Amino acid sequence: MSTHGHDSHHATTTSSGTFTRPLIELRLRVNGIDTVCVVHPMARLLDVLRESLHLSGTKEGCGEGECGACAVLLNGELVCSCLVPALQAMGTEVTTIEGVAPSLATLDRVQQAFVDCGGAQCGICTPGMILAAKALLTRCPQPTEAEIREGLAGNLCRCTGYTKIFSSVLRACQADGATTEGGER
Amino acid sequence: MRAYLPEYEAVSARTLVEALTLLAQGAGGLDGPAQPPGRRWQPIAGGTDLMVLFSAGKLPAGRYLDIWGIEELRGITVAPSHIDLGALSTFTQVRQHPLLACEFSSLTQAAIESGAIAIQNRGTLGGNIANASPAADSPPALLCYDAELELVSLRGARWVPYAEFHTGYKQMQRASDELIVRIRLPRLSAVERERQVHYYRKVGTRKAQAISKVCFAGSFVRDGERLSRVRIALGSVAPIPLRCPRTEAVLEGAVPTSAVIAAAQEVLGSEIAPIDDIRSTQDYRRTVAQNLLFDFLAQAALH
Amino acid sequence: MRIRPQGKQPRQAEKQPSHSRLAGARPQETDCANAQLDAVAATQALTQGGDSAYDSGVKIDAEASALRAYAIGGSPPRREGPEKVRGQALYVDDLPADFYGTGEVELVHGVTVRSPVARGRLRAIGFLPGVPWDEIVVVTAADIPGQNHIALLENDQPCLVSGLINHAEEPLLILGHPDRVIAERARTLVRLEIDPLPPQLDLDDSLRRGTKPDAGPNDVIWGKDNVFKTFTIEKGDVAAAWAGVDVIVEGDYETGAQEQLYIEPQGMLARVRPDGSVEVFGSLQCPYYVHAALMAVFNLPADKVRIVQTETGGGFGGKEEYPSMIAAHTALLARKAGRPAKIVYDRLEDMVATTKRHPSRTHIKTGWRHDGTLVVQDIDFRLDGGAYMTLSPVVLSRGGLHAAGPYACDHVRVRARAAATNMPPHGAFRGFGAPQSVFAIERHMDEAAAKLGMSEIALRKKNLVRDGQTLSTGQVLRERVDMRALLDRALALSGYEAKRARYDEENRRAAQGQGGMHAQRRRGIGVATFMHGAGFTGSGERYLASKVTVDCDATGQVHVRASSTEIGQGTNTIFTQIAAEILGLPPDAITVVRPDTSQVPNSGPTVASRTVMVVGGLVARACQQLKTRLVEAGQGMRLAAAGYRPQQFRAAVQAYLAQHGTLSVTTEYEPPPDVQWDDKAYRGDAYATYAWAAYVAEVEVDLVTYETRVLDFVAVQEVGKVVHPILAAGQIEGGVAQGVGFALYEKVAWREGRMANGQMTNYIMPTSADVPPIRVEFIEVENPRLRGPGGAKGIGELPLDGTAPAILNAVAQATGLRLNQIPLLPEDLLAAYARAGLENG
Repeated sequence: MSTHGHDSHHATTTSSGTFTRPLIELRLRVNGIDTVCVVHPMARLLDVLRESLHLSGTKEGCGEGECGACAVLLNGELVCSCLVPALQAMGTEVTTIEGVAPSLATLDRVQQAFVDCGGAQCGICTPGMILAAKALLTRCPQPTEAEIREGLAGNLCRCTGYTKIFSSVLRACQADGATTEGGER
Repeated sequence: MRAYLPEYEAVSARTLVEALTLLAQGAGGLDGPAQPPGRRWQPIAGGTDLMVLFSAGKLPAGRYLDIWGIEELRGITVAPSHIDLGALSTFTQVRQHPLLACEFSSLTQAAIESGAIAIQNRGTLGGNIANASPAADSPPALLCYDAELELVSLRGARWVPYAEFHTGYKQMQRASDELIVRIRLPRLSAVERERQVHYYRKVGTRKAQAISKVCFAGSFVRDGERLSRVRIALGSVAPIPLRCPRTEAVLEGAVPTSAVIAAAQEVLGSEIAPIDDIRSTQDYRRTVAQNLLFDFLAQAALH
Repeated sequence: MRIRPQGKQPRQAEKQPSHSRLAGARPQETDCANAQLDAVAATQALTQGGDSAYDSGVKIDAEASALRAYAIGGSPPRREGPEKVRGQALYVDDLPADFYGTGEVELVHGVTVRSPVARGRLRAIGFLPGVPWDEIVVVTAADIPGQNHIALLENDQPCLVSGLINHAEEPLLILGHPDRVIAERARTLVRLEIDPLPPQLDLDDSLRRGTKPDAGPNDVIWGKDNVFKTFTIEKGDVAAAWAGVDVIVEGDYETGAQEQLYIEPQGMLARVRPDGSVEVFGSLQCPYYVHAALMAVFNLPADKVRIVQTETGGGFGGKEEYPSMIAAHTALLARKAGRPAKIVYDRLEDMVATTKRHPSRTHIKTGWRHDGTLVVQDIDFRLDGGAYMTLSPVVLSRGGLHAAGPYACDHVRVRARAAATNMPPHGAFRGFGAPQSVFAIERHMDEAAAKLGMSEIALRKKNLVRDGQTLSTGQVLRERVDMRALLDRALALSGYEAKRARYDEENRRAAQGQGGMHAQRRRGIGVATFMHGAGFTGSGERYLASKVTVDCDATGQVHVRASSTEIGQGTNTIFTQIAAEILGLPPDAITVVRPDTSQVPNSGPTVASRTVMVVGGLVARACQQLKTRLVEAGQGMRLAAAGYRPQQFRAAVQAYLAQHGTLSVTTEYEPPPDVQWDDKAYRGDAYATYAWAAYVAEVEVDLVTYETRVLDFVAVQEVGKVVHPILAAGQIEGGVAQGVGFALYEKVAWREGRMANGQMTNYIMPTSADVPPIRVEFIEVENPRLRGPGGAKGIGELPLDGTAPAILNAVAQATGLRLNQIPLLPEDLLAAYARAGLENG
């Protein structure tokens, strides 16, 4: 078993000794890697990922489950990681944006489509948007535009007006099973 | 993130008994005198409401009991006379259930319109009820369908009609050692189902991922020209999710002529008690509630 | 932090979904002066043969294809796209604690204590028990080594309040602790003693009280009369013109504050080096604004302040002024703590404390002949600037200069005023004053048409400005302008005329109860015709004197250095395209250097739709000069102007460097000699050029809930050469979505000068379920006068101007109401029906 890391500022006992409550040893599988970290049980999964595990691809846009920038897959289901307390992530399997691409040289078809079709502008909503798109395509491989609009409605984007995001998702469906075009992807 | 972590304690319960045992601590039972609220365990299910308060630094300090992992609180089971939904049924599970879509379509619609996908994957029916927000999306549908709640504690189990559950703003008939374990929806006879009309409309701040400004659920069973089993319930127009028996009484057994509808609208206007707040106005909520009643009956006339 | 493309080779242009009618062809090489040299060099290249004999044909094709895709008019993939889709792009909150590479791993996290009242005097600050205060760094105004102001147009805004509080959420002190949770707790334990003073929360009230004869200290809250700026544009003889009109139309129009709502909240990281110099990394649009602000706060020379832009998650103007404030706070905290500091706002703080679009009120009175000829326009345009000047005078300028619309009118007066109030300062937001005044004039045009009994289309066509005619400032349009063609195209794409007639009929029947299922639905379709000045207003570009440097290192890599930031709009990609096209190199050979004031010259702020046209023009010129230098260089390093391979370019650079040491070209903005502007009289060429557009919105209003839904949207515009069709369409689509929010959803709930809905749950921006299908089309007009790269003009702000009025014009048709205020929420529409006594029953 390898670990991403195990340090957390939540686990730090400061000189004032404020952290007297019991911390937990959180075990979870993140992007296919078994991971352990010591955190406060109410720490948000978002902060565990970003601060304890240094997976900063998951973003915080609102901290109240409204914008979807912090979306990850928890046991395969799309969730807002800002609304999941650490203890509810115990023993789960988490996929973050860092775990989406099959390799360092290759992008996932959804990622590639976002690059090709202008689905990413400033990029801050992009990780959550891509995970929402992946979740959508898992349960609905050939979505209609209405299904895309509904499937992504929990992920706010201020740059694109969503239009290029819709075309990215549609492109990703077309690219299904035909991701090899030769060369680096 | 504005929460002060040292003020919180949290543990997970794996079984119902484990959860109930913790909830009983400090409740003034066998193991000692009652503790102040901050020392008692408060259940947390999908976290979609509590964690919002937590992040904002507004969740009361104290002890939180995670019940998400309790299998006994999951599952939707169908019996000839009713459907039981485990309290931890998520909105995703509710919206995907074919029989619910068929016989309790307003509840399906409420689940579809609760937040967006990520929220529906975590938000639970039991949590939606226990959070006791007057703006919640599923309560009006549950009220329409005469839902009953099963509450369980180490002291025993009891059933409460959902219409009597909420007693005031954020107040309810759940004792601090009790958990909502099941929501029961009685099924109508096949003949009645054929003639039942469902109407659900959430008026939110936008088309998706919205909090309701007015939420209206209505149903009746057509009895020739007349309406029977009329149910009308609204969200966001009172301190609690509100069933409207006085309005129902105007319509029960009546032929929905324009005079009857106008009378019902009038009564509805006095039966609800909307307020001005950050999302909408009293005037808007009252007018739209009355319009929705009209729309409900007009749409129903076309069925 | 070099930007490195990781993607595959770009797809070819024909595979892109194109919203443009433009071909992807490369423009002709214009470097005529070198034609002869080119010929010589070409011959040499042919005879020498280079090393092409060793290349496979496939590789040549791939290279050629890459060059084509990166040409101006192609749509290559966004350069930093792969990092963004992988979640590897580093935004300020993502920078690791040891980011500086100095071994310092512990940061101080800062939080800001703000005023709860709109106006008052801060008497004392107390610290309640509950956190270890001895561990907490407290920064007050007394800790500022230099000037206690945020330098901008007028140095009236303090960095930290030292006495008088002028708006709610004004920063009072900064608290820092290594543990973010403790810093956050400490913020709740600060006790403020404030003597409240009566605030001024209404712009007209403030204007009135500031100028009344017996004005007292509670009347005058800024300067001598509460006016940040006022000016008047005058053309013809407005007073006399009324005598010649048949019909007079008058109306009042109002727009609300709008939050930029970039999804990445603002934040900064700072450290102070042992020599006292200050370094700041963060989310920002304008590195040199922050640079100037920190020089003043720290009393340091330019070379002791370094500002670096981190990946920035959207700006829209919201990261134009306020980053200077946060940077100053963060650097002050770092200085006092003796270690790096970080301040990242959460959403609530970002929304309540940072700038928003200026609320506006406009009164328009116009005079017409019966045939629809616009004779005279008298416009009074007022903005609420908030408590400090910030950029209000400039916003007012742009608003006033767009207030008369794209119409030919001989007699125009625009009186413009920006007032001080005790609201949080309003600031830059995409469109910068123009969306406010364009909303007013475009609603007014429809009201005038109704009063004249003409169609809104015929009225516009009769009065739209043509080349050779003049705008309100007397600016003669010397470029080709064909607004009627744009309007016709938008009408055709949307099926406007037929729908307009059909909806009139359907709405009439529905109102009579004949609509069946749809008796409660009303539909409408509306249009707006408008323009947006590209680049800085008036003499702005002349004063800025922007600079761009392009240089080459020993590996032959080309570095484009500008302070223009990538904030999602595509700066990296477009600068790459421009350099690649002119230098004839593949994109990998070009590095767009991350904006860092120690590495890039001041190419001005990333605002005003100026990045492609003005800065891109400087990049183009620098690349051209660099190429010329190599082409004209001595034997052994000479390049063929007609074409060369990257290896030949590299060899030429290396030979040049061996002889000359450096290869670097800096270009500076040169004002076009024929563009003249009088700042005092508001006369002349307000902008070097304009983008022109016609938008059509189609809506449905539900009379059960008073909700308005935009069903369809058509955006047709002429923006000169479209450098990157996908990015350009993305700009329009995103702007239209923000315009939908501006028109129908985004309302700030003010309570005693504080924003009460500073959350995404109750400040409502459109989701993917709320935006209509948006059809974007660019029409190109041959315009040899244009100076942007390939003839490009500005584009970024344009879509904000016309979207809201097109939507409201549609809602006006649907409802038959006079609706002249935005945002128009369902509650507002209900109230409008109540006012009109036309409630649907």
